[in-house]
Amino acid sequence: MTASVTDPPIPASADGDLLAIAREQVLERGEPLTYDQILAVLRTGDDELEAWLALAHEVRLRYQGPSVEVEGIVSLKTGGCPEDCHFCSQSGQFTSPVRSVWLNIPELVRAAKQTAATGASEFCIVAAVRGPDDKLMEQLREGVAAIQAAVDINVAASVGMLTQEQVDDLVDMGIHRYNHNLEAGRSFFPQVVTTHSWQERWDTCEMIAASGMELCCGGLVGMGETLEQRAELAADLSRLQPHEVPLNFLNPRPGTPFGHLEPMDTGDALRTIAAFRLALPRTILRYAGGRELTLGDLGTRDGLLGGINAVIVGNYLTTLGRDPKEDLELLADLDMPIRALNDTF
Amino acid sequence: MTPSDVGATVAAAGVGEVPLPDDRAHAAYCGACGDPLGGGHDAQAPACARRLELEPPRYCVVCRRRMKVQVTPGAWAATCVVHGSVEHSTWH
Repeated sequence: MTASVTDPPIPASADGDLLAIAREQVLERGEPLTYDQILAVLRTGDDELEAWLALAHEVRLRYQGPSVEVEGIVSLKTGGCPEDCHFCSQSGQFTSPVRSVWLNIPELVRAAKQTAATGASEFCIVAAVRGPDDKLMEQLREGVAAIQAAVDINVAASVGMLTQEQVDDLVDMGIHRYNHNLEAGRSFFPQVVTTHSWQERWDTCEMIAASGMELCCGGLVGMGETLEQRAELAADLSRLQPHEVPLNFLNPRPGTPFGHLEPMDTGDALRTIAAFRLALPRTILRYAGGRELTLGDLGTRDGLLGGINAVIVGNYLTTLGRDPKEDLELLADLDMPIRALNDTF
Repeated sequence: MTPSDVGATVAAAGVGEVPLPDDRAHAAYCGACGDPLGGGHDAQAPACARRLELEPPRYCVVCRRRMKVQVTPGAWAATCVVHGSVEHSTWH
């Protein structure tokens, strides 16, 4: 989707000078953009993109500093998910070729060690489930303990919707951060998922936020949503105030309902990064899935100079990422140090 | 056909050089889409080769069975219930 196809760009002067307003509001006062302002940024033309990225970068430096948080992720339980998230190749409801498989504990620890060797401070264990059953919780408990005994890294988890008892169990395990994405703006969500509701996701996020674990909550863009719906996601996230927002760009997966969609336009993706940063000035904004396809090498660099301050290194859950060397060299080139373990922004 | 011949055949077919265990005798299917190599697959072979740069093979190139694939931050491993496992490091 490009801004110029569905909505004509709004000149910055149409609402005063939006860029100047954003500079004063977000950079100087630390107040996030409102929904209407986010939408206006998403509607700006390519001729203004550089200026918005520059402002977003200033905001990131002011409120988050120059360091970049590096994380690795791994799938503990792959495929066979009962949910129907239309972007996901792990749903058991689609004709995706992804088969169900479990990772054993020694391999999990090995993956954590690999991740830590890159300088990463976070390692996230993910399972393709609606929510964890007793077997998964036990596997998670064993895996987290094994990693904590062998590797100096924060352990995060993402195992779906939770009960309060499960939240408490995760806190007991020492889970540092919990990921549960909103995935999409509320009005677009029913076109993305039909097996659970946006509200159920929101409720889990609120439980996490109150638990003492850090909340990681983001979503995907480029799924056919309107700019209004994309702005809605950013505004919802701004209201939720997670510690981290992972920003995914749709990587259309064969066999899924969104498998026919084209990857997002690079300019739109960068504009989205800037808008999300200005909606979330104090939040870690992480490159998650799809950047290799949507942004490529040059766009990845532009995003790091446009509001992004965290990356996932290496592979994703079912797809392959860049060699960490490339990302680490890029960060060094940009004079962006890797955030050390236990540093706080 | 030796394993290296099989790899060369797969590469020549435009589906990327998929590492193969020693006991595989023939590569007849695309690891990305599962379609038979050659003939009608030639038109989509470049797209499948691009796919294999961004994801591991999902189909056994010998028998077309869907494989169990585990991706980790630095590697992937794919297992065909009949033809065994292949592993590939993605960090260099």
